[in-house]
Amino acid sequence: MPPKPAKAKTFQDLILTLQNYWAAQGCLILQPYDNEMGAGTFHPATTLRALGPRPWNAAYVQPSRRPTDGRYGENPNRLQHYYQYQVILKPAPANVLDLYLGSIREIGLDPALHDIRFVEDDWESPTLGAAGLGWEVWCDGMEITQFTYFQQVGGIECDPVCAEITYGLERLAMYVQNVEFVYDLAFNDQFRYGEVFHQNEVEFSTYNFERADTEMLFQHFKDAEKQCQALLDDDRKLPLPSYDQCIKASHAFNLLQARGVISVTERAAYIGRVRALAQACCQAWLQSPQGAYTPRFSDKGHG
Amino acid sequence: MPELLLELFCEEIPARMQVGGARDLERLMVGALSDRGLMFEGIKAFSGPRRLTLSIVGLPAQQKDVREELKGPKVDAPAAAIEGFLKKTGLAREQLTVQSSPKGDVYIALIERAGRDTATVLAEVIPEIMAKLPWPKSMRWVPGEAVRWVRPLRGIVATFDGELVPLSFAGVESGRTTLGHRFLNQGAIEVRRFEDYEAALKKAHVLIDAEERAAIILADAKTAAFAVGLELIPDEGLLAEVAGLAEWPVVYVGAIEDQFMDVPAEILQTSMRTHQKYFALRDPKTGKMANKFAVVANMIAQDGGKEIVAGNERVLRARLSDAKFFWDEDRKRTLASRVDDLKGIVFHAKLGTQAERVARIERLAGEIAAKIGADVEKAQSAARLAKADLTTGVVGEFPELQGVMGRYYARHDKEDEAVADAIRDHYRPVGPSDAVPTDKVAIAVALADKLDQLISFFSVGEKPTGSGDPFALRRAALGVIRILLQGISIGSSLRLNLREVGVNEEVLSFFGDRLEVALKDQKVRPDLIKAVFALGNEDDFVRLYLRVGELQAFLGTDDGKNLLAGYKRAANILKAEEKKDGTFVGKVDEGLLPEPADKALHAALANAISAIGPALDKEDFAGAMRAMAALRGPVDGFFESVKVNADDTRLRENRLHLLAGLRAALHRVADFSRIEN
Repeated sequence: MPPKPAKAKTFQDLILTLQNYWAAQGCLILQPYDNEMGAGTFHPATTLRALGPRPWNAAYVQPSRRPTDGRYGENPNRLQHYYQYQVILKPAPANVLDLYLGSIREIGLDPALHDIRFVEDDWESPTLGAAGLGWEVWCDGMEITQFTYFQQVGGIECDPVCAEITYGLERLAMYVQNVEFVYDLAFNDQFRYGEVFHQNEVEFSTYNFERADTEMLFQHFKDAEKQCQALLDDDRKLPLPSYDQCIKASHAFNLLQARGVISVTERAAYIGRVRALAQACCQAWLQSPQGAYTPRFSDKGHG
Repeated sequence: MPELLLELFCEEIPARMQVGGARDLERLMVGALSDRGLMFEGIKAFSGPRRLTLSIVGLPAQQKDVREELKGPKVDAPAAAIEGFLKKTGLAREQLTVQSSPKGDVYIALIERAGRDTATVLAEVIPEIMAKLPWPKSMRWVPGEAVRWVRPLRGIVATFDGELVPLSFAGVESGRTTLGHRFLNQGAIEVRRFEDYEAALKKAHVLIDAEERAAIILADAKTAAFAVGLELIPDEGLLAEVAGLAEWPVVYVGAIEDQFMDVPAEILQTSMRTHQKYFALRDPKTGKMANKFAVVANMIAQDGGKEIVAGNERVLRARLSDAKFFWDEDRKRTLASRVDDLKGIVFHAKLGTQAERVARIERLAGEIAAKIGADVEKAQSAARLAKADLTTGVVGEFPELQGVMGRYYARHDKEDEAVADAIRDHYRPVGPSDAVPTDKVAIAVALADKLDQLISFFSVGEKPTGSGDPFALRRAALGVIRILLQGISIGSSLRLNLREVGVNEEVLSFFGDRLEVALKDQKVRPDLIKAVFALGNEDDFVRLYLRVGELQAFLGTDDGKNLLAGYKRAANILKAEEKKDGTFVGKVDEGLLPEPADKALHAALANAISAIGPALDKEDFAGAMRAMAALRGPVDGFFESVKVNADDTRLRENRLHLLAGLRAALHRVADFSRIEN
């Protein structure tokens, strides 16, 4: 047994520990994508890079916005803005679960003291036309990670198959720090999470549920959809800017949902529209230089 | 004799798929071996979170040699046919022999195949079986290959008589090493035979047998509960699931905070079960749920489980806080105030909203209550409130608590006790082992709920088919039957004519089929149900049951058996003669009964008919059977001493009318043509 490492004492320690760990495993350490999105999966480094033949190993933090989950800063663990740590390994190496468990040890959860289990949980994103098989990872009965082998993204079969590891950072930090109220987390040794983000939660809950201009959001959705389609039809072939518009449309839809102006029947139609954009972007990506790039044997590749 | 050991090792298999996976592996292997002429003495399959294991003992070292003669085309057959035969057998024309047959000379091919080594056959068979194994859901992970398994396959152990069987599947080569527990064992384990495999894995903290794991969990959980003065609340489904989530199950006991003990036990238990897979415990003296739970971990922790218990308690606290929040919020509104919200919930696209459905059930419950002697007003208000809990937070979170929660909220609102109980019990019976409601108010609502379901779905053409019953109409029909027939053996009975509450002929016929299934356990003959039902879809199931019961008893007697034989003979004769002459209706000319046997049968028929009618009207089914029994002698005597098809045309017709009279008399009781011997 290796010596027990010190726990990641603060929220930022946790992030730094994961960054260092996955960097040591050869991952590109990327930065958050600068568009509002519901999950780290939407980052082009996952959605688009999961497709096509080129190997890809990357890790990054992604701020995730889920407008309907806002609770005005009053719920112990529900947030409309939180952080995911996302790792994508393509192709999934044979020892991928051991690599993952190494990261858990690294942040101070010693499997000799805890009960770590892989419980069936398949994943599906109707907006991205994506699906995969995997588990939620339990530590002493708490879900600390979502682990998925992608089978399909944008309606396209993944080959090679990648592994996606998603840590919910606040939840994991609450477990490591033994804290029951998310705002009590130590962000570093001077600031609590609440001092950094509580006001943010209150204000954005108000915005999401009460103040967001729905006329404007409907227009945003339409504009993004239109621009996305126009770019896809353009001779210049611009899958990345197209996909940006798809992400924008998806977020506008999420806000409209929070405002309660989309009925159950309309909901499915909107999801279908975003999915159609995502699928077209993914197909365009596969025709692009990086999307189509096939590595040759022993080729490190700069293209 | 040699044995096969096969282990398929992979990443964590979903608990619900493990046992089925092992069963399918065994089934496919048995089929593949028998196809190849390999017999064996025994086979056992095991399953767990990371492996399926198959052990086959008593296999031969080799297949038997095969020698067979294949008959080919005639020697003068077209060349193409002969070519085809040569191709099929792999022989040249000189190697064929010629045999004469009644049709002429034919070619015969003598084929001899030497039996192959079993190990070689196994190396071929195992990958074939793996490719065929029907996982409910499987995945790809090998680049460039379509091969699938439930989760990535990481190892194959295959030995025959202790020696490696070389094979590969999904890029994994077979070997003779496996791995133990993910955290409690380090390094590879060498195995040769099942016996040392099982023992070595046990040492490496892996129990390969799901039943053994379940037995250990059950025993340990009982002991752990006993140690803190409590007892385990048994839960078979949960036990099977947790046995699939641990290779080395260890039971720990944790505490539930007092602040949650005011929350209804059903909520606590459901939350613990569905979200956390914990067992609830109870006080053996009071039977009440206790403030402790049992969790099954996959780990012997170095600190004795302190961290594990503390962690689980913390997670549970968060879960129960949510549940308690819903429970507190839900009680801020009355159930009655929620009825209106049902307008916003679609029940079924063709059948409108839950509110419309509730209105139908309320009306029906009132009608039924009046007929079965239940309090009409209570039945109506229970029906009106029965679905209101669908709008509550707790039921939104735990749909299986519908009804149960409705009762809690109704009691909180100070609704009548019988109304509150009926809200809970109107879903019953939920399954074949669930009890039926016994209170009349609850019975009225339960029947209304189920009958509305049947009537409504049939009316829009959503009927069960051979392959599917998406709206659980069979279960609803079975529920109605069980409720109506409850307590019948002790004389209490619920009398309801289903036609009078809106059940049409189509739904009644559906009930007919269900009755046969429902009463099978009580050894009621399905042909007799058919025979009685055929008289015109009996819509009072108690009456039907009593009548069929007496009929079955009667047919068990000597008189019954002989009368049935007489009936069949009469019916056969009538069938044959009616083909020629059209139907006989039983109008007998009394002046044309020459033999004493003619007269005796005629008189007996008159007696029987005058007795059967009133007996049936009084529901004196035993009396009706006695009246039929009196026919046996005259019927036997008739067939013994007269010739039905007499030469005299008029006499023949009169005797056929006599037999038609017999048929008609018996058909008052049941359609005897549907009764089997």
